Amino acid sequence: MSRPLLTAAVVTGLIATAAIAGSHAETNPTVKARQSHMQLNSFNLGKLGAMAQGEAEYDAEIAAAAAANLAALAALDQTAYWEPGTDAGTIEGTRALAVIWENPEGFAKLQADLAAATAAMAAVAGDGLEAVQGQMGAVGGVCGACHREFRVRQ
Amino acid sequence: MRRVLAGLVAGVAVLAAGGFALTAPPAPDPALVLPQGDAAAGALVFAAAGCAACHSAPGSDAAEPPVLAGGTAFATAFGTFYAPNISTHPDAGIGGWTGAEVLHAIRAGVSPGRSYYYPVFPSHAYALMTDGDAADLLAYLRTLPADATPSRPHDVSFPFSIRRSLAVWRWLNGPPRWTGPDGPGPEVLRGRYLAEALGHCAECHTPRGALGHLDRDRWMAGAPAPSGDGRVPNLTPAALAWSQEEVTRYLESGFTPEFDVAGGEMVAVIANLAKLPEADRAALAAYLAALPPVKSD
Repeated sequence: MSRPLLTAAVVTGLIATAAIAGSHAETNPTVKARQSHMQLNSFNLGKLGAMAQGEAEYDAEIAAAAAANLAALAALDQTAYWEPGTDAGTIEGTRALAVIWENPEGFAKLQADLAAATAAMAAVAGDGLEAVQGQMGAVGGVCGACHREFRVRQ
Repeated sequence: MRRVLAGLVAGVAVLAAGGFALTAPPAPDPALVLPQGDAAAGALVFAAAGCAACHSAPGSDAAEPPVLAGGTAFATAFGTFYAPNISTHPDAGIGGWTGAEVLHAIRAGVSPGRSYYYPVFPSHAYALMTDGDAADLLAYLRTLPADATPSRPHDVSFPFSIRRSLAVWRWLNGPPRWTGPDGPGPEVLRGRYLAEALGHCAECHTPRGALGHLDRDRWMAGAPAPSGDGRVPNLTPAALAWSQEEVTRYLESGFTPEFDVAGGEMVAVIANLAKLPEADRAALAAYLAALPPVKSD
């Protein structure tokens, strides 16, 4: 093979590889929506957690705002995020286990538990560091209970 | 011809007898004298060893006091195993066993009827448990409620259904032994004890060979999840970028430094570790930081 031909072949191969990689990186919109939701959860939880763990100084306004955000997020109707056929066994780029759709009552129960735990946090987050520390375990506990049953390991 | 045949039969008989002797599970050490156990201290050994995560009835591992009725299923390539009843019930559980029998079961992996347990039960880790912790654990187990649920038989295919075949697994896996570093410092040593003897972290975090033995050259370097979905993370310094302080906090709260929250089997592990003194979680973090780095596959 001549050098220009070889170069052309290599370049074509690279473009094809990039195109394939690109198409894989293009996440399903429902997956993207729920991952964005989780991102907002962890950002707001991080504000409270940093204070609870002594990494940041307690600030009543920041704590109250973060807790209100968490409660608002948990109260959103998420039905459209959890579209059937978007589990880790069916598509790439998600850690959602199929058991979410096999056990909808269990999943809904944990969503309701999260709404309750975050509402309880929002009710007290502005009252002082101890109030935040007292509610962190309950919020984290619901997160963990859901990740335990419904999320792929890593 | 007849003589050859007779010789052959005799040879096979000798081999079989030898094999039978070689694969015989050992008896408890009659010379072992345990110190007086303390049930309160035993509750912490029980938590560190994660007993309730497997031996509680499915979905009830957070119950207090734990009801060790068994029944949780473990689907593996070799068959499905069911955790047995280890409550104090005299027939369904271990209430009728002597202390020596209970501890021989835990540390040697041999039942009172002298047969091997399948290595889904990590006796090769518990073998490294100190006599003091073993005595405390025994004292604690004796305080737990009795439950009459019978243990469910394992559903294991031939030849793994023959318990003596486990002698081969034991030979492959080698004798119970330490793998991670014993220092620097007493904190790493304590962390190694918690991780390798009680916590049996390697059962999920270390990859296995074809017959299920631990690949100690890739100790704690991550492995496919036993549940079949995803991977269990590499905890060696080649992959774990968290500070020791972050690891210590994670082991108590389940919060990662990015405020993701632990899932899977780690939920039960963290609930147990949260019961231990802060120094023990810090010791585990120190042990992980001292591990030889092994790159992920």
